[in-house]
Amino acid sequence: MEEIIIECDVLCVGGGIAGLMAAIRARELGAKVIVAEKGNVEYSGCGRAGNDHFETYIPDIHGSDMDAFIDELLRTAKGEILLGRDIFRTQFAKAFDIVQLWENWGIPMKYKGKWEFAGHAFPGRTMTHIKYEGRLQKKVLVKEALARGVQILNRIMVCELLQNDSGVCGAFGIHTREDKVFVFRAKAVLLATGKCSRLYPSLTPGWMFNDPHGGVQTGDGRAMAYRAGAELQNVEMPQRHIGPKYFAKFGQATWIGVLKDPQGKPIGPFITKPDRRYGDMIMEVNKLVAEEYKQAGKGPIFMDCTDITDDDYEYMMHWMVHEGNISLLDHMREEGIDIRKHPIEFATYPLRCGGLIVANEKTETSLKGLYASGDEAFGDISAAATFGWISGENAAAYTETADIPDAADNEGKIEEMKVKIDRLKAQEHGPDWEEANIALQQVMIDYAGSVRNEALLRQGLSHLSRLKEKAHTVMIARNPHELGRCFEVHNMLDIGELVFLMALERKETRGLHVRPDFPIEDPKLNQAHIICKKDDMPMMLWRSYQGGK
Amino acid sequence: MPPVIDPEKCTGCNKCVDICTEDVFYGSKKGEVPTVTYPKECIHFSGCVYECPVPGAIRVRIPLPMMLVYKSEVRV
Repeated sequence: MEEIIIECDVLCVGGGIAGLMAAIRARELGAKVIVAEKGNVEYSGCGRAGNDHFETYIPDIHGSDMDAFIDELLRTAKGEILLGRDIFRTQFAKAFDIVQLWENWGIPMKYKGKWEFAGHAFPGRTMTHIKYEGRLQKKVLVKEALARGVQILNRIMVCELLQNDSGVCGAFGIHTREDKVFVFRAKAVLLATGKCSRLYPSLTPGWMFNDPHGGVQTGDGRAMAYRAGAELQNVEMPQRHIGPKYFAKFGQATWIGVLKDPQGKPIGPFITKPDRRYGDMIMEVNKLVAEEYKQAGKGPIFMDCTDITDDDYEYMMHWMVHEGNISLLDHMREEGIDIRKHPIEFATYPLRCGGLIVANEKTETSLKGLYASGDEAFGDISAAATFGWISGENAAAYTETADIPDAADNEGKIEEMKVKIDRLKAQEHGPDWEEANIALQQVMIDYAGSVRNEALLRQGLSHLSRLKEKAHTVMIARNPHELGRCFEVHNMLDIGELVFLMALERKETRGLHVRPDFPIEDPKLNQAHIICKKDDMPMMLWRSYQGGK
Repeated sequence: MPPVIDPEKCTGCNKCVDICTEDVFYGSKKGEVPTVTYPKECIHFSGCVYECPVPGAIRVRIPLPMMLVYKSEVRV
């Protein structure tokens, strides 16, 4: 196995929107920057196929009181808020600059020459999201990164962080196509690997990559961060999304229609006719609505666009393309489905893992030299772009005084990783990553689903611990591709364990964390729930949100 | 399965192989028609279709379990 050693100032792990924005900014400020991406940067991350909504505050439009804008946002469009007000203040003080930057780079942020606000909004209230033509956004960001001299390494999966006395000082990675390992000696590392998709079963049993985020966001960053001692937050709080059944796709606010019951009665109180200015906000107010209708015997429910005007139909199709839903439109065409005639059934998508790496408004984590951005720490396109940029700025400044780490610092850790790889490759017979992933998904949904109690969680945790130990000894990788998938499963096994530990500690019912043994939402726990490793043992605590909620 | 390649039209340029983040074409060789080695890892975004320089050389077949469910006009 060939070992390649690379030195740089800033290593960006993950080449999605946040990773690329950080790389661009850090390079502009003079840092030597590498982006390590386990797929291909042109088609990786949540923004891979496009996006059409960008949340931004524009003083000329919203007025000079940014806090009033944030209040409206927190009141209406956010669901469970996991971040403090300071984070939102930082984001919206900068987001419009990023919008204009993207426009200059060639991502069309205006519609017919103007800022076009639509979607994610209640009739009569403040509009918060501009429409933008993001279909080719990743290509534009890659071009900007390369033009500044960012080095992009595709097909490199970073598996573990390296540390020395002064903090995080690099990372260890594998090539997912060749028999090579990489040792990055970096002054600062940014984690931007997105969410954790394959921890719970998907909408379509047997097709676990059918996830709106795509199937390769496997909590790599947060698992590595935790193992290195960084703080994670609210990992036990599950999330669910809503969208077309059974083709899991984002874009709830891109649909111009009304969510209706089987008799054609609108489910929500917000709109009765399709209107291009608003999505049907009932889906954002309650993503469980499709599931609740099903359970109550009142379903199925449909996204009904049959009253759409010709103009609004063209408008919606235009934005569906930019939201990254071309394949959905192709499928409808092939199957003879026309939204002007056929209401589309919507489903509440299955449980997914929530949580964040704890990062402050400078995107610093609790470990020196380690930064986090994107879905890893903040969520949504606007935040990914804005905090990615801020990350690049802060990481570059940090590297001005930091030293390139010494080669001898991590010999033990690197050797340990190589032994792990050799074992995965050496065994001929045994379960592959997929078998281990299925086993993990079934314990997660059965024992850490939405309804949980002490006994169930303890039983699940003990089974998962045995499963994890076994998986680490018997899993096999037939080639470098499967080796990468095995490391993904290792990461998800770690995240799964944290879900159990934190769910046990959250002795209340809140959102999708339902504890019949603690049925009341406890106002005292209206704080960030933190976990980190102390002396190799998990430690949990509660902390107020920075700047309040 | 998911990506379906027409070997008559494919020039073996491997653009689809390069850009596929999930690497469903793992093991394919430049100059040859790509192999769909890991079809179940396809996430059906059709990036390969839109990157392909030859119209019709590749398409994405949506698996049966993922077919959209819709209400057709009521016939009495």
